[in-house]
Amino acid sequence: MNLPAVLAIYRFEMARFWRTALQSIVAPVIATSLYFVVFGAAIGSRVQTVDGIAYGAFIVPGLIMLSLLTQSVSNAAFGIYFPRFAGTIYELLSAPISPFEVVLGYVGAAATKSIFIGLVILATAAMFVPLHIEHPVWMVAFLLLTALTFSLFGFVIGLWADGFEKLQLVPLLVVTPLTFLGGSFYSIEMLPPFWHGVSLLNPVVYLVSGFRWAFFGKGDVSVGISVGVTFLFLALCLGLVTWIFRTGYRLKS
Amino acid sequence: MSPIVSIENLSKVYASGLHALQDVNLTISKGEIFALLGPNGAGKSTLINTVCGIVTPSSGRIRVAGHDHLTDYRAARRMIGLVPQELTTDAFEKVWDTVSFSRGLFGLRKDPGHIERILKDLSLYEKRDNRIMQLSGGMKRRVLIAKALAHEPQVLFLDEPTAGVDVELRQDMWRLVRRLRDQGVTVILTTHYIEEAEEMADRVGVIRKGRIILVEDKVELMRKLGKKQLTLHLNEPITALPDSLADFGLQLASGGRTLIYTYDTKRERTGITGLLTDLAAAGIGFTDLDTSQSSLEEIFVDLVRERA
Repeated sequence: MNLPAVLAIYRFEMARFWRTALQSIVAPVIATSLYFVVFGAAIGSRVQTVDGIAYGAFIVPGLIMLSLLTQSVSNAAFGIYFPRFAGTIYELLSAPISPFEVVLGYVGAAATKSIFIGLVILATAAMFVPLHIEHPVWMVAFLLLTALTFSLFGFVIGLWADGFEKLQLVPLLVVTPLTFLGGSFYSIEMLPPFWHGVSLLNPVVYLVSGFRWAFFGKGDVSVGISVGVTFLFLALCLGLVTWIFRTGYRLKS
Repeated sequence: MSPIVSIENLSKVYASGLHALQDVNLTISKGEIFALLGPNGAGKSTLINTVCGIVTPSSGRIRVAGHDHLTDYRAARRMIGLVPQELTTDAFEKVWDTVSFSRGLFGLRKDPGHIERILKDLSLYEKRDNRIMQLSGGMKRRVLIAKALAHEPQVLFLDEPTAGVDVELRQDMWRLVRRLRDQGVTVILTTHYIEEAEEMADRVGVIRKGRIILVEDKVELMRKLGKKQLTLHLNEPITALPDSLADFGLQLASGGRTLIYTYDTKRERTGITGLLTDLAAAGIGFTDLDTSQSSLEEIFVDLVRERA
């Protein structure tokens, strides 16, 4: 294991994160505060409770998940896309470093950043609503697992994209809509039967449900299924990354 | 000298069907400066990038200090430093950070002393806290060299290192390359500036259409393929050559004031004595004479043209 190389990539990526701290941290905090103003105060005052949970508190896991997913995907995608765009990828390809170590460095940094932002949002939320986390260990486990899985997914997008437009395509047109429609701001139990069934095809439903269960002990689907689906997606992303490095897709000619 | 890079039957066919390398065999000795010459699109960069692991070969084998570049890639790549042709840098990074990053990628612990030495050698130390985007093109080129040297490589590949740089930087680089060679580093460079190869290289390889068409010791190459010219400055201009001098293949130049005789240095007899005797017999006198030898550039052009 070339640990210094993994650390070099990790530190390099984290340095970029701190260099753009305003954009990286302040922007999600402001966005979260706005969500609380709109959904928590304006709409929440009329909805009152969902599944016996105050609406303001109910949306917290969904809000964290929304940021966690988009930040994981964007950070990892940009992290590996930029060296490809700038041409500095030659250094990675000619260094004595295995594909696994490259992934560990980039995905580890992207996951760290998104977890940090997730925790910042959690702290911001705690200022708006009283929060009690029923299963803190599971909450951390879901946070880690989701950040890791979607950072891997972002890494795949960063390798696939051949322009900045494509880099934004999946986070904006796939991840964000799936998160909004994945029960972030509502329980899918509230939907008519047909749309409830359709929602179960959305993988984000399982992530939000599992995460919400960690907070309140209640979710739309069982926690076992949530963990299983998350692991399934993780395995899929791992398989894709392995294939990319084996074939050199978009990396080597 | 023992080989440090050994390339056997290397071929590369790109997905487009382009045969960039065709059955290349090449051995680079430890501690030498090897210049790889070739016209645009000849396969120079593909060859370098394949050895460095950036391009996947279609067939063949590469060993660096005995380490197979695919099965034992960590050991092989650890030996190699690469300065790419393009100015590919992280524009927002600081000079010190980007060079330290390169050292880390090669699995080495931090060594501020070594980084400082490299930056000083390359006149970059004063710029160590500057972001790369604030540097001139020449300085960026130096940063790429510093990054390639950060992990103390034994083999340094320089792909067109002086393309687009000013004379001062070019001479700085030549000095650096010689110093590296003195430290035991093997240097392989591609260049469009034949004078660069002539100035620095121990051996020269010529690649054309993906095939190595010649590998030769530079001095030997110039001796074997070089032609010499004898120029005679005449007393009086002449309008035509007498028939008695027809066999010498002389050229009349400068309005009939100079005669140029091209001869082969490899031949046992150069014909100079006979020419001078016949000139005297024809009543043609001269005030001065000088000789010149063809440059590596002329040899290279002849070689590439011959095999076109």
